[in-house]
This record gives sequence, C-alpha cells and structure tokens, in this order.
Amino acid sequence: MSWAGPEDLFLSTSLASYLDKKLLVLLRDGRKLLGILRSFDQFANAVLEGACERVIVGDLYCDIPLGLYVIRGENVVLIGELDLEREDLPSHMISVSVADIRKAQKAERDATDLKGSMRKRMEFLDME
Amino acid sequence: MLFFSYFKELVGKEVTVELKNDLAIRGILHSVDQYLNIKLENTRVTDQDKYPHMLSVRNCFIRGSVVRYVQLPPDGVDIDILHDATRREARGG
Repeated sequence: MSWAGPEDLFLSTSLASYLDKKLLVLLRDGRKLLGILRSFDQFANAVLEGACERVIVGDLYCDIPLGLYVIRGENVVLIGELDLEREDLPSHMISVSVADIRKAQKAERDATDLKGSMRKRMEFLDME
Repeated sequence: MLFFSYFKELVGKEVTVELKNDLAIRGILHSVDQYLNIKLENTRVTDQDKYPHMLSVRNCFIRGSVVRYVQLPPDGVDIDILHDATRREARGG
C-alpha cells in the first residue's frame, strides 16, 4: 500500500482508489464505522469525514453520528467500498433511535452476562 | 518476500480469506502488497446472516495483520516451483 500514480492506482492495494468514497470500516473490537475516506497512509491510518457508527443488535440497527474521525491503522480489520446500488442492509432490519439501540445493547449484554454467571454457578456439577 | 511473490501469482483467482475475528470472505484476489494486505473484488461473506452489514460491500481492503488463513483454489500452488523458491530463499537469494 502506497501513494500510487494514476496508472497503477487501480492495480495496487493502495487505498487511493477508495478516496472520497463512502466506506465501511470494520474495527478490531467489532465496531462498524461508515464515512467518506479523506486521507490514509501506509499503516491504514485513515480519516473519515461524516463518520457514524452503525450499531446492530439482532434485527435492529442505528447509525450514530460521530463527526470527523481519525482511525489508528492498527485497529482496522477491513475497509469495504459500499455499493450504493445495492440495499444497505437486509430489508427485514429496522432502524431505531439511539436511545432504543442503547437499550437493546444493554439487554443483550445483560443476557450474555447472565449466561456466563449461570455457567459459573453450574461448574461444581462437573458436567461432561 | 517469498509469500508476497507467491500471492502476486494468485491475482485474479478466487480465494477465501479467513480473518482472526472468524469472518470469512470469498472474492477475486485483486492485489496484494508487502505487508500481505489484500484487496478483494466481488466479495461475499461465507456466513451472510451473521454479518448483515457486509451485504453491500462488493470490494474491500483487508489489513494483512488481521488475516488468519487464505484458502486457495486446488490448482493454486505448483509445489515444485514453491519448493525450489523456498530453498533458494533459504540459501539467501
């Protein structure tokens, strides 16, 4: 990945071909950021303009606006070009408010915590 | 640089890249660089239902540091050539 001239730009791994396009950036902690790529370097450090985080819980989702973001490259897993012709998400998914998605997130977190603590309490049974 | 050269030979072939977060993406290998960063075209995710946000991603850049496996087409490797290249590299060029 490097700054490439226009002739080999579309043959290299350079992110230059993604400049000024709307992208999905997947981070190592599982977060999904959407935004327009304005700058990048060889470490995949990236600047996203109009960034928002897409939170998905089950069939619910919400795009939370964040603003201008600089992402440190080491946190980047994948940068995907969004095909604006195709639908963004499966049609059965429902857009909800920030408050609602936070509630859903908390409910999901509580459910996993409960599952973990149940398993812990059962451990003495030594099930095979 | 052996694997970099090797991956360059595979450009244009269909591969599946499995990431350290278990996401597996199939697509045409578009390009690769010295860090083994990979660009894929015509991508589709193996477990689409689990990753609905990947639905509208057709082309993507994958950071080399997050790749666990690259699954190749069965005819993707010429063992003899790779064997020779490995020995050459081990001898120091």
